[in-house]
Amino acid sequence: MQTKRLLKVAAVGSAVAMLVAACGGSTSGDSSSSAAAGGSAAPASSAAAAAPGGAAYAGPVGEGEGQVNVLAWPGYVENGSTDPAVDWVTDFEKETGCKVNLKTFGTSDEAVKLVQGGGWDVVSASGDATLRLIYGDSVQPVNTDLVPSYADIFEDLKLQSFNSVNGVPYGIPHGRGANLIMWNTDKVTTPVDSWADTFEADSPYAGAVTAYDSPIFIADAAVYLMATQPELGITDPYALDQTQFDAAMALLEQQKALVGEYWSDYTKAIQAFNSGTTAIGTSWQVIANLAKAEGGKVEATKAKEGATGWSDTWMIVNDTPNINCAYKWVDHIASPETNAQVAEWFGEAPSNAKSCDLTADKAFCETFHAGDTEYWKDVYYWNTPTATCLDGRTDTQCVPYSEWATAWSALRS
Amino acid sequence: MTTTTATSRGFGYRHPNLRLAGLLSAPMAWLVVVYLGSLAALFLTAFWTVDDFTGQLVRTFTLKNFQQVFTSSAYLGSVVRTLGIALLVTLFCLVLAMPLAFFMARVARPSWRPLLVALVLTPLWASYLVKVYAWRAMLQPETGVLGWFLAPFGLDSPGYGFLGIVITLTYLWLPYMILPIYAGLTRLPDSMLDASADLGAKGGRTFRSVVMPIIFPSIVAGSVFTFSLSLGDYITAQIVGGKVTMLGNIVQTTYVTNLPFAAAVATIPVVIVLLYLFAVRRSGALDNL
Repeated sequence: MQTKRLLKVAAVGSAVAMLVAACGGSTSGDSSSSAAAGGSAAPASSAAAAAPGGAAYAGPVGEGEGQVNVLAWPGYVENGSTDPAVDWVTDFEKETGCKVNLKTFGTSDEAVKLVQGGGWDVVSASGDATLRLIYGDSVQPVNTDLVPSYADIFEDLKLQSFNSVNGVPYGIPHGRGANLIMWNTDKVTTPVDSWADTFEADSPYAGAVTAYDSPIFIADAAVYLMATQPELGITDPYALDQTQFDAAMALLEQQKALVGEYWSDYTKAIQAFNSGTTAIGTSWQVIANLAKAEGGKVEATKAKEGATGWSDTWMIVNDTPNINCAYKWVDHIASPETNAQVAEWFGEAPSNAKSCDLTADKAFCETFHAGDTEYWKDVYYWNTPTATCLDGRTDTQCVPYSEWATAWSALRS
Repeated sequence: MTTTTATSRGFGYRHPNLRLAGLLSAPMAWLVVVYLGSLAALFLTAFWTVDDFTGQLVRTFTLKNFQQVFTSSAYLGSVVRTLGIALLVTLFCLVLAMPLAFFMARVARPSWRPLLVALVLTPLWASYLVKVYAWRAMLQPETGVLGWFLAPFGLDSPGYGFLGIVITLTYLWLPYMILPIYAGLTRLPDSMLDASADLGAKGGRTFRSVVMPIIFPSIVAGSVFTFSLSLGDYITAQIVGGKVTMLGNIVQTTYVTNLPFAAAVATIPVVIVLLYLFAVRRSGALDNL
């Protein structure tokens, strides 16, 4: 009897609470749905306008506002808390009076979500995030006259399709790297210079191939197709029409039969290559360096078909209240001294030409091909695929990034 | 002084329902708002869509996400694979847990029991990630511990993949199967086994007709743990799965770019577990738990 009544009370109580929750849920859902509808209409209209994100800051860069809120890849902003010797934030804070509030992110998608959430002043965005930020009106054009360090940035990094629109720059280049082909020399005895052994069905390394676990890897297949199936007419691996996209996905299906495991965590890649579980596959320069430092028998090179890569850009968030500190920060991070430290700590090619004289390892820029224009010619930096083809074709529609993501998840499931 | 105490006691005494409501409202609010509320939000999100370019949520009703899951052979394959993994893990856990729990509860000296229970529990004190990474080293083809162990029998390590996931998850969730069965077996009166023997039943018959009916609810309780924990896992698949993925991996890779689709996928294991619990309830196993 006692328990029965207890249950009854509990049931009534929970029913009431559920009703309240349901009512509250539906009203808040309604109000935010109208807000979202307005929000999603905005990028479309601004995409048609000449300069999304409004006008650039006219300057001059004055007194700092006291703080700057920074979103960055791990390793890009170090204040000595990771390693006391690695610090390019403390001096900046002392000189400018701008306190740096940092948050790091793990993927480009996460970065876009964070910027859209608001509360940030600057962000280090990779090319597969930049256009989404620009056309989403999340970032503003940059007045490069206010950034003295911009003058020394390598020319082939300026005004690229992923960091500018119609000749208007939207950020300051930070650094770049190429996705390399790497192999374990115990398993692969003859040096490799082609992606063929990672894609072709007759690869002798079936079961020991690795690939990068992200939708953006579809572009790697497209780069290989550019060299092996020219009749597809791919000129930009991020501008694929449906036929070209299907060909890339078919190639990736073929590759899946060869793959032992996919990687997205670079420490897992190092372990797999060094143990020989993985014989051959996609890698980064920093992975090759760390694997060798651990005594691994690996080699890495850029394949003759070309490669995908990344080129990161410091962008200033639209409507930031800390505009002066934001400009001070992007100038600081792109300056030769800081740029050299970041590039060396992270393991990528610096963007500032003068950085190369300031690295601790004098051969650093050579190892990472910093100023080697020829080297970067067939490196296709990560970009955000859009329905409007990035290569300028107007007679066809390209496959947008959201469909890249679903196609990748279907391939992987 | 005495009068105030009397009236306040009297109020609670005269309104038992209010007293109960006061006692239960906090936990019920937690359960309903946080637990059921988030499940409801998940289910609702599955009917929305996203802006193709910016990836922002668009709140218009659509069945597209569910269609996508149930019309693609790749996703359906993933559902079947995940279900298979969860069932195999449950089966392996059961096969391993039965003799172990029987030994702990019936064979070992009673003074040893606390120590044995503690030993079964020790793996739970270590971090989940540490254990899975340890299995990555164990399963490694050619040079792994398992490969070294199996080499004399002419076998090789199963490597990273389906079997690797099943082995690792079996290791991870085994204590959750052992403990309920152990508890069930300790409740088994010796007199029943004696009676069964007196009536001429041999070991097998006693096990089938006396032991099993009594510990069946315990087995079901353990299987609910091993089954549902395996069904929702994705980190193990990431570390020792090679290229094999589970439903959780699809959720993990799509929730940033396409939250509604991830929500639709995430609904599947919830429905499966609910069906499982319903089936368990129908079998009557929960009645005397």
